[in-house]
Amino acid sequence: MSQQRKAVALISGGLDSMLAARVIQEQGIHVEGINFFTGFCVEGHTHAIRKRDRNKPKRNNALWVAERLGIKLHIIDIIEEYKDVVINPKYGYGANLNPCLDCKIFMVGKAHQWMREHGFDFIITGEVIGQRPKSQRRDTMPVVARESGVGDLLLRPLCAKNLPPTKPEREGWVDREKLYDFSGRTRKPQMELARKFGLVDYAQPAGGCCFLTDENYSRKLADLWRARGERDYELDDIMLLKVGRHIRPRPHFKLIVAREEGEGRFLQGYKNRFVHLYPVSHSGPLTLIDGRLEDGDLELAGRIVARYSQGRDAERVTLRAVTPEGEKTLEVAPFKPHEISPRWVL
Amino acid sequence: MGTVTRKTIDARGLLCPLPVIRLQDAVKDLPAGTEVELIGTDPGVLHDVPAWCRVHGHRVLQTRDDGEEYRVVLRIAR
Repeated sequence: MSQQRKAVALISGGLDSMLAARVIQEQGIHVEGINFFTGFCVEGHTHAIRKRDRNKPKRNNALWVAERLGIKLHIIDIIEEYKDVVINPKYGYGANLNPCLDCKIFMVGKAHQWMREHGFDFIITGEVIGQRPKSQRRDTMPVVARESGVGDLLLRPLCAKNLPPTKPEREGWVDREKLYDFSGRTRKPQMELARKFGLVDYAQPAGGCCFLTDENYSRKLADLWRARGERDYELDDIMLLKVGRHIRPRPHFKLIVAREEGEGRFLQGYKNRFVHLYPVSHSGPLTLIDGRLEDGDLELAGRIVARYSQGRDAERVTLRAVTPEGEKTLEVAPFKPHEISPRWVL
Repeated sequence: MGTVTRKTIDARGLLCPLPVIRLQDAVKDLPAGTEVELIGTDPGVLHDVPAWCRVHGHRVLQTRDDGEEYRVVLRIAR
């Protein structure tokens, strides 16, 4: 009797990785999924934070895929180790601060480690040659296999026929003839295959599943590094970049202004670690101050916060400021729209 | 009758999928039959924790929405 082979599939929650796993399941291979949490994952965070999104149906797409496929899913926290990928990418960034090739190498390497620890035989990904300009190219596919250390135990079922046979194919664990030869940016072959498998309602995130591919988010991260004079971050930093308006009127501090009630509630959880301001004469946003304040800065911050309060057209707005030295009451004239420089808004 | 062990996981302040990761890591070391109560502030736990349980075969005994906090009680299978 032949040995039951086992594959670990990198599951992002999108269509390609779901199809790749399904194609291998069809060949009688036992498949389990692995999903990595970097801290930059788009996955539902903004839904959780923003009140107006709260009534939208929310799901973790990787778990949803696992349910559809009937496979176990292991979600791995790689927040700490991932910092080096973001801060020092050997292969550089894509259009924004997205280190896609280094990221793929790192994740496949982590999956390889998991594979060995759990007695699995090979790894599958949903990669397709030409699908992504930075990480999914004919010339980068061997780089991922080589630098991750996985070698020919990495099988890409959706484009395997465009690549040299891997060990699972050569050894007959999987039938190469039943794999695919997809290439390029078109999604049609994947959509057709999904239809064939009866898979509907899959996630199709417009900007991918990572905040680092987002121009606005990357600009805020670059600003954070510039302001601190070092390229480093903690999880709280990168979570806060997802929330509120970020306004930097001076190089040494910025404001994080809640845009609505849900964000205000989220920022409440952070307020004791920051100088924070909130209007008391009018309703208005909780605002955190990240950085250090010099003479006159608290009033400057107060005038900005007042601009985003219900008192924006009033002569004066009263605010409470909570600082390490104690609480203060400020009375300020709200800025007019033209007084908030567009250069301040990140 | 044997006593049912219950463990509480405090995932308040964490956004999904971190509550699921904390649960997954805790469950690794717990015997079958243990009841686990997860408390979170991200409403996503009411969706993600039951989904994770279904995927791994654990049984959800109760879910509760207290407005600001969300609770899921489950029993570990093997």
